[in-house]
Amino acid sequence: MKSLTRVLIIISATLMFGAYFFPLWHILLDAPQYPEGLELKIWLNGLSGNISQINGLNHYIGMKFIVADDFKEFKILPYVFGLLTLIGFAAAIAKSRRLLWVWFISLCLFAIVGFSDFYIWEYNYGHNLNPHAAIKIEGMNYQPPLFGYKQLLNFTAGSLPDTGGFFVGLGGILAAAALFYKPRLSSKNKSK
Amino acid sequence: MKISPYKLLVLTSTVLVSILASSCKPGKAGSSVDADAAKKVYVAPGKYDEIYAFLSGGFSGQIAVYGIPSGRLLKVLPVFSQNPENGYGYSEETKPMLNTSHGFVPWDDSHHPELSKTNGEDDGRWLFINANNTPRIARLNLATFKTVEILELPNIGGNHASPFCTENTEYVVGNTRFSEPLDNSNGDVPISSFKQNFKGAVSFVKVNKDNGTMNLAFQLLVPPFDYDLAHAGKGPSHDWIFFTCYNTEEAHTLLEVNASQRDKDFIMAVNWKKAEELIKEGKGTKITAKYAHNVYNENSHTATSTMETATQTLDVTKFPGLVYYMPCPKSPHGIDVTPDGEYMAASGKLAAVIPVFSFKKMLNAIDKKQFDGMIAGDLPVLKYEDVLHGEVKKPGLGPLHTEFDGKGYGYTTMFVSSEIVKWKIDNLEIIDRIPSYYSPGHLSIVGGDSKKPFGKYLLALNKITKDRYLPTGPELAQACQLIDITGNKMKLLLDFPTIGEPHYAQMIPADKILKNQIKFFKLEDNKNAYVTKSEKDTKVVRSGNRVDVYMTAIRSHLAPDNIEGIKIGDEVYVHITNLEQDWDVPHGFAIKGNNNAELLVMPGETCTLKWVPGLVGIVPFYCTDFCSALHQEMQGYFRVSPAGSTVPIKFSIGVNPVTE
Repeated sequence: MKSLTRVLIIISATLMFGAYFFPLWHILLDAPQYPEGLELKIWLNGLSGNISQINGLNHYIGMKFIVADDFKEFKILPYVFGLLTLIGFAAAIAKSRRLLWVWFISLCLFAIVGFSDFYIWEYNYGHNLNPHAAIKIEGMNYQPPLFGYKQLLNFTAGSLPDTGGFFVGLGGILAAAALFYKPRLSSKNKSK
Repeated sequence: MKISPYKLLVLTSTVLVSILASSCKPGKAGSSVDADAAKKVYVAPGKYDEIYAFLSGGFSGQIAVYGIPSGRLLKVLPVFSQNPENGYGYSEETKPMLNTSHGFVPWDDSHHPELSKTNGEDDGRWLFINANNTPRIARLNLATFKTVEILELPNIGGNHASPFCTENTEYVVGNTRFSEPLDNSNGDVPISSFKQNFKGAVSFVKVNKDNGTMNLAFQLLVPPFDYDLAHAGKGPSHDWIFFTCYNTEEAHTLLEVNASQRDKDFIMAVNWKKAEELIKEGKGTKITAKYAHNVYNENSHTATSTMETATQTLDVTKFPGLVYYMPCPKSPHGIDVTPDGEYMAASGKLAAVIPVFSFKKMLNAIDKKQFDGMIAGDLPVLKYEDVLHGEVKKPGLGPLHTEFDGKGYGYTTMFVSSEIVKWKIDNLEIIDRIPSYYSPGHLSIVGGDSKKPFGKYLLALNKITKDRYLPTGPELAQACQLIDITGNKMKLLLDFPTIGEPHYAQMIPADKILKNQIKFFKLEDNKNAYVTKSEKDTKVVRSGNRVDVYMTAIRSHLAPDNIEGIKIGDEVYVHITNLEQDWDVPHGFAIKGNNNAELLVMPGETCTLKWVPGLVGIVPFYCTDFCSALHQEMQGYFRVSPAGSTVPIKFSIGVNPVTE
């Protein structure tokens, strides 16, 4: 394994480690009455932001209250993600291309499972509405977008990566680069 | 027809004379409105004003907050008067704020707002204001814009020369407009015994520099004059405070005439630092005095009223060097210290000049001990010429009050000639004058009484309105003009009506206040004795004929909303906690037929409304502040049964399908 590859792996895994200190994702809500906006920040291990305000508003449409304890993910994620990061470091230390492959595939799986899980939660919150809610609009659901913006009644909902998410995303790109990027002279300078 | 040359001559000369005569009539001053006025006062929708202006409410007892330069009314802050709009002075929590040694006084006459100062500059922490009628000083917290403390002042009548503060808000002062016998003496004396029995008392109220809490540190007993206004020194004059006195004739009837006889009254210069030391050394005399001290705690959202029983006094005649008098022409009103603390401009309201005194000369005159006689036997009067920096000659008629722009100029209101006069401090030359509509009392410049005036704007606060705005019957709006003072010539920018009466104002750049603003109260910090932090904890408790309702409000319901078992003869206390934790979601509360006001409860706050039901039947209650789309649904019922009824206390709210 070349030193460039190892450097890329180390940078990538370090960036991913940053996800412990910054939120991964955020959902922004903007409405005429909320020019300052409301936000829900999603971390590896929990939620932050204007949760009580959002719950206060959601009760009108009968959306289930958002409570961090409902998400088992927040209990498992820090460990799963820690393990992932460790595999990265291990690949660099052991100079193992096989481990690098394992790491990359795990990351891809993590992304697929993660986004699917996120989608399911959003779907459930947006569709499982209490039939006794004060505001009921035929055919309307309140599922926030997976990525990007969507108009939900008077609110514009935006779903976008936050600082931690950017770190992980960048880390993923670097991991891919470590695996697939081959400098032109690579064939004549094989690593030991 | 033939016209004789003689007739023609008569005719032409008549026409000429009348043309001349009419053109000779003294004209009114031309328009002084800035050509760009509209642009300069326009604040685009959604944008903030540059300046907060705090205008006293005068006889309304309140403070009105305006944005400058737009002149938009932002809020009326209740201080000395009950305010049914939000329940101030009606709710159980705020009633103690209006307690005095005379009992509950629901109104006053608030004259002079004073921003707290650090190093002589407005610091945006607190706003003080005096109650003129039943002597008091109030303190408002500028993070919440709430009145958080009111201290009554004993031994005086008419707390007019108040609440001016020293350079670092060490003290705010109060002084009497009506001298009267001290509270602990027998006041049942003939009014004509004024000279023997009446006294003046200058209150020094210590302000805690960390939390602003006030306490009456001491009172100076002074001759029975009428004390009008005051200002503390700064920089070199830090240790001194100056008061204007009129009625040095000591008249007690028809003051209009009898108090206007002397050619000169006085500026009383007090060395407050020395007074403070004397008190520290134990030279004060403790006398009994009864005065209320009311404090509003912003964690418990509850006021308590304590009746104080004594105060320290110093009889100034017994302590040489404490007080000196400077002669000042004709019933002076304002005494205003220049930003550098070197000069004091006094405004004798019946005088033809504005005398400007020099602090340096005052100290020299004191050193030389060449006095122009004594007052009350022992109090030295300094010679007018010895202390005078100079006089602003022919400023206009009826000078009242001066502030400064920090560029070397003073601006003085002329009540009688209805104008503002700009003059230069060093050579006392008049630079410009601008009409005011009509008869200004005080004026206000942003930071104009501080060490570092911000300048830019001047507000003329008028006493007469007449034709300025659309008429509203015999009782008119009050008038106020915004003047641009950035150039050599003053320019009128805006004329806007205010609530009564804009007696005086203080203005401060908005950023000094914005940075401390609180958006809502944290529910977890709520220490109210009757707080209900969750809907689960709501309850109705009877003890004897007292019923306590622990109610919560959140969009869009009050809980509980069906309450039975209330009986005629009960006193019902409804304690409402607003559970919202978001900006700008107050809830209101009102009960049909309640001989009381309503409540406005801020997010995280608890307020209590007392209700004594008078009739048997069903009594609706509801939220009065349009809080949400389902505000009109935010309502409930009391059932009131006859006295002696056996209907049990019962309370409920329907099942909410969507809860945590």
